[in-house]
Amino acid sequence: MIFSKVVGTGGYVPGKPVSNDDLVARGIETSDEWMAGRTGIRFRHFADAGVTTSQLATRAAQDALQAAGLQAADIDLLVVATTTPDMVFPSTACLVARALGMPAGAPAFDVQAVCSGFVYALTIADKFIRSGSHRRAMVIGAETLSNILNWEDRGTCVLFGDGAGAMILAAAEQPGVLATAIHADSTHAGVLGVDARPSGGKMLGVPFITMDGQAVFKLAVRALEEVALEALSMASISTADLDWFIPHQANSRIIQAVAKRLGVEMERVVVTVDRHGNTSAASVPLAMNVAVRDGRIQPGQHVLLQGVGGGFTWGSVLLRY
Amino acid sequence: MENIVQRVRKIVAEQLGVNEADIKNESSFVDDLGADSLDTVELVMALEEEFECEIPDEEAEKITTVQQAIDYVSAHLKA
Repeated sequence: MIFSKVVGTGGYVPGKPVSNDDLVARGIETSDEWMAGRTGIRFRHFADAGVTTSQLATRAAQDALQAAGLQAADIDLLVVATTTPDMVFPSTACLVARALGMPAGAPAFDVQAVCSGFVYALTIADKFIRSGSHRRAMVIGAETLSNILNWEDRGTCVLFGDGAGAMILAAAEQPGVLATAIHADSTHAGVLGVDARPSGGKMLGVPFITMDGQAVFKLAVRALEEVALEALSMASISTADLDWFIPHQANSRIIQAVAKRLGVEMERVVVTVDRHGNTSAASVPLAMNVAVRDGRIQPGQHVLLQGVGGGFTWGSVLLRY
Repeated sequence: MENIVQRVRKIVAEQLGVNEADIKNESSFVDDLGADSLDTVELVMALEEEFECEIPDEEAEKITTVQQAIDYVSAHLKA
């Protein structure tokens, strides 16, 4: 039997941290006190103008390759989860493959499941590897959300940041990935989105993130609780056996509510939303990489990764590191 | 009915982290009990789960006091 296993992680955030006070100085009506209480966000990073998602993704991928002791040519599948691609096409994954210097041959494609994107992409890569068709997958979540933030909307522009995280999955005789579960419910497609598209040489619609925050909170908390229990049950692992819980880093209040419902103390939760803001598809691999690099996540430990976001989409990946 | 009042007060106390003794039926979640907008969303979720009902967003917005929560649940509780 073939399983997939994490053999390297990487991460990259552009530039210096931007504090809540920095946003106030830019004329945004918010405050550090309000942000800390409602969102848990203290800092985020923004890419300079002209810096693209594929550039951030490439940095994270190189970091993961180095951690794994692998070369770009060793990768035979490249999947990028993003909602802020460099261009309509080619895919961001193909642009990353070019930047990494990957030889021709390995498939490269993007996955669009917004903030669930990384968990979706990891699920796909796990299935490719388990099928025997591929042996080493580079899975990246990368975003330049600063491109789609409306600075006139203080309810959303303060919540997001830019960054990229990467994970390399390789074929192994022992798991690795223990369970994956991904879902969508399109009846809630309207609660979160960027309703715009290029057409006839112009942008149609409004190319900024819009969100019904309270509806998202309610849907996210319930979806994450349910899909956490689903993945744990698939692997016959109890919440007590979980070493690290890494939910999508959107808002500390959502994270706390889900952890409380699952009975997972905050000491077992990896939180990076305070430093990175919500980086959509990048948030989970970035958080995982932080906790691997600072030594919290140790080999053999059980880690639950979770995404939730627009679509509405959500999912879990349970793994033994 | 008494049961509903007690259950609602217990949920409010748990969700907002206040003593049941400090909760009056006329207490406003935001003005008297220190709730913010996300606390009230969580409170509505807890009420939905306790009483196995769905409170639509437009109805949830009108529930701003303990009494309004009791009234809503009493009117919509499944037999």
